[in-house]
Amino acid sequence: MSLLDEMNQKATAQGIPLSAHLDITWRCNERCVHCYLDHDGKDEMSTDEIKAALRQLAECGTFFLVISGGEPLLRRDCFEILEYARELRFNVKLKTNAVMIGAKEAVRLKRLGIEQVQISIYSDRPEIHDAITKLPGSLRRSLEAIRHLKANRVKVSISNVLMKQNAANGKAVQRLAKEMGCEFGIDPIITPMLNGDWSIANLGISKQELEEVFRTEEFVGQVGEFCAPISTVDDDILDGHSCSAGHTLAYISPTGDVFPCVQFPMPCGSLREKSFRDIWYRSEELTELRSVKVRDLPTCSHCGHAAYCSRCPGLAYMEGSMRGPSSLDCAKSEARTGIPSAWQLSPGYSTSKLVQIRLV
Amino acid sequence: MPAAETYLAKSADIAARTLGDETIIMSTLDSTIFMLNPTGTAIWEGADGTTPLSRILEDKVCAEFDVPFEQASTDARQFIDELAGHGILLVSDHPIPR
Repeated sequence: MSLLDEMNQKATAQGIPLSAHLDITWRCNERCVHCYLDHDGKDEMSTDEIKAALRQLAECGTFFLVISGGEPLLRRDCFEILEYARELRFNVKLKTNAVMIGAKEAVRLKRLGIEQVQISIYSDRPEIHDAITKLPGSLRRSLEAIRHLKANRVKVSISNVLMKQNAANGKAVQRLAKEMGCEFGIDPIITPMLNGDWSIANLGISKQELEEVFRTEEFVGQVGEFCAPISTVDDDILDGHSCSAGHTLAYISPTGDVFPCVQFPMPCGSLREKSFRDIWYRSEELTELRSVKVRDLPTCSHCGHAAYCSRCPGLAYMEGSMRGPSSLDCAKSEARTGIPSAWQLSPGYSTSKLVQIRLV
Repeated sequence: MPAAETYLAKSADIAARTLGDETIIMSTLDSTIFMLNPTGTAIWEGADGTTPLSRILEDKVCAEFDVPFEQASTDARQFIDELAGHGILLVSDHPIPR
């Protein structure tokens, strides 16, 4: 077992929020067609409120911190926040579109000891990337920023979200990442907006394209192994939980609201009313989430995909119940193995969303 | 002439968090990860740049873990050398200003 696995296991057992994702703003200078956020900037936490949140996270044991947005660098105090986070000895990753990172910013990020800068690149072709971000020149500016960061030996990870517009560009972006000395990650699923609007999910790639992604060695490694239907669903699986959301991972919105994950819009409390410790250890919502084991899931516990399914309880929540299936993950399991999920075979299955949760 | 004291300070090029009586440390220079056990954590927490190592060992290790000073000192030297080798601990025979 690696040290990180060991640490995760201990954090899970002790209920420590080892990882946190903090969006310091939802404002953005891009308008990506698939973005799951609105770009409302009202009522954002002040610098002091964010610093207080960081202190509370550190006191609760958070080690891995993702600072994101929106575009975090739109906040004038972004570097002050990053500097404070590093003073508190967080392992900090910064998610940004990077269009505001020039030579000086790259030097500052290196000096701060930021673990990694994660940047979304949707295509190697400006006409495609810029059409997705709706910001002319954005590909050129993001790539220029990556060059500055790499020149300063800052680790960069390029993420590519696949959608109809750029479905054929995955490998080209992966090549670009390799040429630039960056890590690369691909996400073939478009998730709904946090306000419950599922319309952007229509931008997602087709079932056939998803199957192709899962059969591309460059993306998944050993295709045979990746796509093989698995085996036995044993007690270890059934007594486990779906993911780290609410167990060792917390999300804090720009207004100080705490959620289990950025993709799980179940409000658990506000830092403007309670301490993070109070919310993390005492909120009814998190307590309930932590009580849910795979064996408690009415449909998924009987599904043959349960052993490896990436079922997202947040997406399930947005479909009506955190204990329910997540259609997008059922689609992924089916695309991987060619075998429909228990939910897809059930009489009540529908691809349209009957229940939608709206964030209030 | 008394032996020179050793002073320890945490590098700025790290991420670290103490969870219970253990500490996770990651170097931001080379992403090396260390997990310190309770005695390592005691030394780490005492590494403030101004407290001599001998006092950290007496107060935090020998007293709390019931270990003879000689043994604590030998074990600590190996631990310190390893962390210093990765740039995680700064070591000096003078107090280290913050």
